[in-house]
Amino acid sequence: MSFIAQAVPLEVPPIDYGAIAPLLIVLGMACISVLVEAFLPRHQRWPVQVALTLVTLVGAGLALGLYAGTGPDGITTLADAVAVDPPTLFLWGTLLALALGSVLLIADRSVEPGGAFLASAESRAAVVGVGGSRAGGVGRSAEERGYGSPDQAPTMQTEVFPFTLFALGGMMTFVAANDLLTMFIALEVLSLPLYLMCGLARRRRLLSQEAAVKYFLLGAFASAFFLYGLALIYGYAGTIRFPEIADSVVASPMSDALLLGGLALLVVGLMFKGSVGPFHTWTPDVYQGAPTPVTAFMAACTKVAAFGGILRVLHVAFGDSRWEWRGVLWAVAIASMAIGAVIGLTQTDVKRMVAYSSVAHAGFLLIGAMSITEQGVSGTLFYLLAYGFTTLAVFGVISLVRDADGEATHLSRWAGLAKRSPVLAAVMTFLLLALAGIPLTSGFTAKFAVFAAALEDGMAPLVVIALVASAVAAFFYIRVIVLMYFSEPAEDGPAVTVPGAFTTAAITLGVLITLVLGIVPTLALGWAGAGGFVG
Amino acid sequence: MTPTYYLLLSALLFSIGAVGVLVRRNAIVVFMCIELMLNAVNLTLVTFARINGQLDGQVMAFFVMVVAAAEVVVGLAIIMSIFRTRRTASVDDANLLKY
Repeated sequence: MSFIAQAVPLEVPPIDYGAIAPLLIVLGMACISVLVEAFLPRHQRWPVQVALTLVTLVGAGLALGLYAGTGPDGITTLADAVAVDPPTLFLWGTLLALALGSVLLIADRSVEPGGAFLASAESRAAVVGVGGSRAGGVGRSAEERGYGSPDQAPTMQTEVFPFTLFALGGMMTFVAANDLLTMFIALEVLSLPLYLMCGLARRRRLLSQEAAVKYFLLGAFASAFFLYGLALIYGYAGTIRFPEIADSVVASPMSDALLLGGLALLVVGLMFKGSVGPFHTWTPDVYQGAPTPVTAFMAACTKVAAFGGILRVLHVAFGDSRWEWRGVLWAVAIASMAIGAVIGLTQTDVKRMVAYSSVAHAGFLLIGAMSITEQGVSGTLFYLLAYGFTTLAVFGVISLVRDADGEATHLSRWAGLAKRSPVLAAVMTFLLLALAGIPLTSGFTAKFAVFAAALEDGMAPLVVIALVASAVAAFFYIRVIVLMYFSEPAEDGPAVTVPGAFTTAAITLGVLITLVLGIVPTLALGWAGAGGFVG
Repeated sequence: MTPTYYLLLSALLFSIGAVGVLVRRNAIVVFMCIELMLNAVNLTLVTFARINGQLDGQVMAFFVMVVAAAEVVVGLAIIMSIFRTRRTASVDDANLLKY
């Protein structure tokens, strides 16, 4: 036993519990949520899980507000693995608010009777039984065969709530990670639940499962690239902490090929998550195949998390070597905007169209993230907040337009919708105009903030290209508006479901924030510009 | 034996894995190729730990192993569920999502 006596006692690193309380609350409650799933009888799970999830999000928000209210400086804690600085606090707040809206959409059981997610085990057996058919969806009759009485609404499986909380915890860790290994673990913690959530749809099981397989295989492929990038940068710098990587960029004796190769692979992994440019191929398929509430969560929160991570990597670790990588990222941003705007024009499915719009928006966001200035950070953060809420509300609206087979996402089904439901058409019009960036919506303010930052950092040609791309992209948003208002509705057109309280609340939240950020953006811009990264 | 050889070997393994992901058709084999890529990274990390004279890289390799195990759990579950409905694990047959 002598070797134990000789061992130096491990010094436990100090932990600032106040700063990381929101993170601990979300991850801790996610574990409790798993226990609820395991031990409560089935009929009690839904109310308990919904209440638990909402309480968690509000509680984490309160903890965040209490900490941010003291006006703290940026700190690093947990042995420098996690940095809690003003951008982190802003992104945490954004993620929690967006997750609250997404959970409201996920929890809704009025739009799709029983909820949009896989029903309990006996009904799944019925679905699997007819799954041999190659059709895109499984008929309603086959689905309902599994229940005792036809009037009894099937209960949904509630695993989706712990998945949401774990994914959210991963996203919050991802934006706060101060070294590459923490970032990689967070990337997996946020991705793995998302892969599973994609496959949980109650209707159109084949599409949903196909989306899950595609997302999983491509996502795992991309994280392998991220990891190899991590290894090469570790070889170059001898460390994986962002501030120390920044120091070693000027001093390391190793070959620059390691640094540039590592950075390139790292960026590929990050761009994949943010669905930027040529790494976007999974986006339209997964957005279309996943259950719409999950798509809303993915589109809003994953984008925020991915760009939060990209900002920190580019600004803290590689800010000083920006002349090496900026040319490549120019090409990526242009490709992303062009792909999103041009291919988006040809789409016939609303969810795919919004997916390509998100690819175009990723290009705009990348322009902001490339501007290594304080305006670049605050502009990108504000853009993420604005874009997240608009997208959330868009998917909320999409989930309401339904016919006998579930959601009617084909664009032709949306013709003349304004005559059936003027309110829904007006809300959708407002949201699409916000995505296009029309003044008096948050989209305009956000684009302005990002483009102004890029101009100031000497990227005028890129801003011109971005303006052209937003003009092209505006065309396909306006096409939907024209279709809704100036076409005759089809005889057997889809009906607009009257949403329950949860979906109404989520859509109202998204629309209100889109409007408020468009009219009085000062407050949020102030929060976004409260300070830079630590380190 | 210089450590550089190990770096070359790991780069080769990583490339074999990446090419395998792109050309193979069976979802399980694609997934195995991804695992090969992750293990190539482990070799790189351990070699760099040796070159830099640190333990950090070896510790990171353990983290990667744990993450790879978690990924197997989730991945095989997803592939199983699609295999049950389609009776095939070929990624070419999953072609409903396109425009």
